[in-house]
Amino acid sequence: MRNTLKSIFKDGKFRLGFGILVFLLLMIFLYPLFVPNPPLEIIGRGTFFPPGVYVSNLDSVSGAPIYSLTLADAEAKRLASKLSLEDRAEMKTYLLAVGVPEEQINIEDTAALLALWAEKYDPKLNVKGMIFAKLQYYRRLNDKLVSLLDSEGLILARETDGVLEKTGQVLPLDYVNIGEVSSVRVLPLGTDNFGRDVLTELVKATGVSLQIGLIAGSIATAIGLVLGLISGYVGGWLDDLIMFFTNLLIVIPSLIILILISYSISQSERGPTTIAIVIGLTSWVWTTKAVRAQVISLRNRDHVNLSKLSGHSTASIILRDILPYIASYVVMAFILQISSAILAEASLSILGLGPKTTLVPTLGLMMNWAMIYQAHILGKWWAYFPVIVVIALITFSMNLINTSLDQIFNPALRE
Amino acid sequence: MADETCETCLSGTNLTKIYAFGKSRTVAVDNINFCFNAGQVISIVGESGSGKTTLAKMLLGLTNVTSGQIYFRGKPLDISTSKKRKEYWKSIQAIFQDPYSSYNIFTKIDDVLLDCIHLRGGRKVPKEEKIAMMEEACRFVNLKFAELTNKYPFELSGGQMQRLMIARVFLLKPKILLADEPTSMIDACSRASILEMLLKLRDEINMTLIFITHDIGLAYFISDEVYIMEHGKIVESGSADEVILNPKEAYTKRLINDVPKIYEPWDLSTVDYHL
Ligand SMILES: Nc1ncnc2c1ncn2[C@@H]1O[C@H](COP(=O)(O)OP(=O)(O)OP(=O)(O)O)[C@@H](O)[C@H]1O
Ligand SMILES: [Mg+2]
Repeated sequence: MRNTLKSIFKDGKFRLGFGILVFLLLMIFLYPLFVPNPPLEIIGRGTFFPPGVYVSNLDSVSGAPIYSLTLADAEAKRLASKLSLEDRAEMKTYLLAVGVPEEQINIEDTAALLALWAEKYDPKLNVKGMIFAKLQYYRRLNDKLVSLLDSEGLILARETDGVLEKTGQVLPLDYVNIGEVSSVRVLPLGTDNFGRDVLTELVKATGVSLQIGLIAGSIATAIGLVLGLISGYVGGWLDDLIMFFTNLLIVIPSLIILILISYSISQSERGPTTIAIVIGLTSWVWTTKAVRAQVISLRNRDHVNLSKLSGHSTASIILRDILPYIASYVVMAFILQISSAILAEASLSILGLGPKTTLVPTLGLMMNWAMIYQAHILGKWWAYFPVIVVIALITFSMNLINTSLDQIFNPALRE
Repeated sequence: MADETCETCLSGTNLTKIYAFGKSRTVAVDNINFCFNAGQVISIVGESGSGKTTLAKMLLGLTNVTSGQIYFRGKPLDISTSKKRKEYWKSIQAIFQDPYSSYNIFTKIDDVLLDCIHLRGGRKVPKEEKIAMMEEACRFVNLKFAELTNKYPFELSGGQMQRLMIARVFLLKPKILLADEPTSMIDACSRASILEMLLKLRDEINMTLIFITHDIGLAYFISDEVYIMEHGKIVESGSADEVILNPKEAYTKRLINDVPKIYEPWDLSTVDYHL
């Protein structure tokens, strides 16, 4: 076994395919460690920023504090108006939960409330009795508050009663050291139509799509394998029955069934897993046919006859004398199922029938968004081209791995 | 047809096998009658495509009989349930035509032989004893068990594979052995050693040997009874001397003329088993 693995890794094709897959997997797992932002976080107003390094306008100014002017009153008002009543109430709830006495909390006094918040809020603290989603919410609220506070004293002009009052000046020759700016965002693939970082989104989407492929591929392969084995080996009326349904499903293109099922599932229930299961349940037909054909060609072989004469049960013959012979075939089918499920999800999503989610992207959804917002017409290639490349890479790597796996499954091919 | 004084072991009446696929129909075995006696060596001779393998598969219960009836020890053969089939397969074993496709390439040689011990009810036998049994079986066919352990059957030569098959039969000790051209894929020299082993095995466990071949010379050399098959029909049958020394059918004569040295007995003493 060890030698077999070694000889497989010597195969260039396998190494390339395996390398691509490992690279994608590493990206999926390591990237979030470096860029912890949520994949669908909106980072900039406006759509389709081209790839590049971005500095927030605000930050570029904050590097030159001499130009900013703090107007205490105006600042307080600005903050007061930015902080909604609901947010204040939520802040109070949190502060109460971490044990601040109620009389100390005054949600009317913005400055005091913010000071108290800054003192008491701890993102790492697991407040007892508070669900994770709630904690997440507070984390976001805190981020918002921090950015409000960050902008203190950065107002160059302000509007009072409809009059714009000049408070500072930035000259063309004023430079800011990029190293001193707190939030530089590198956007190697720009942003999408909602102003979200395409790379972060893409990494997450690759993970989700691979998951969809894996779930759908496993379901389809399992169903196809079991039905194919029964149909091919047992034969008789079972074969007729299974083949009847299989042929029925072949006549109706699976995409249409997929569309109908997706359409009939309510939008709120159409998560990535549901879509994966639906794809799996509609794509086992070819695996069944292929496995059946292989089994039929095997079931009258002499080694099966010998096994019968040795008194083995049907189950044991299927497991020991049939399955190993078709294993490479089944793995091949499985790998193809994974890539075709990823493509099926993409086709569904492009039609707007894919998973409905505001939490995680999928490769198909990214294509869908790019299409709806006309990225291809507007020439915003970074919104869809990287997605296509990833889909192609996944399919390509799986096919390469697949073709070089024969050696594992067929001991007679080993050297 | 058969010698009435002998105990009938396996017989058939009006046995027919038709392969039907869509509109095409192949009559592989055509309404044949036979009666194989216990303890004898029976040869079934015929050219390629005459239905020998099909007949063997029917006798082994590996394929359905289209019409007619097989009798095993005088009673109609009943293999309708898997339990009855397993019982029947304890009494009949086979060696197939093509050694290269007779083995599961994923099963090690040890397991092939262990299977046989288990089939004979030796599942609880201690390990050392099992190994001793396997060693004995290998020695019987001039193979060294120590060299075979942990190997796969496809790592052997064709002749070694067929000898391993005989070792299998040696362990199983069936009442009937159906050997379907066991030597057709093997060179003349190993052929003789395999034949000799088969005959030795027959004497040792006193079984009925049904030997299928296209080589009428071989049939004459080993068998008591000969059945000649042509296009699924049995055209001539009787004792080996009767059929081969005094052939009545033109087909039999043709088969005989195809074999050059029929009247000289084979000398097996000079054969070297070590391939
Ligand atoms: N599974 C099958 N389906 C259809 N026809 C078959 C099948 N097996 C055998 N036949 C046909 O039955 C006839 C007899 O075949 P069989 O294998 O019994 O011949 P044979 O005497 O064993 O020949 P050989 O000496 O070449 O082994 C042939 O015409 C063959 O084409
Ligand atoms: Mg044959």
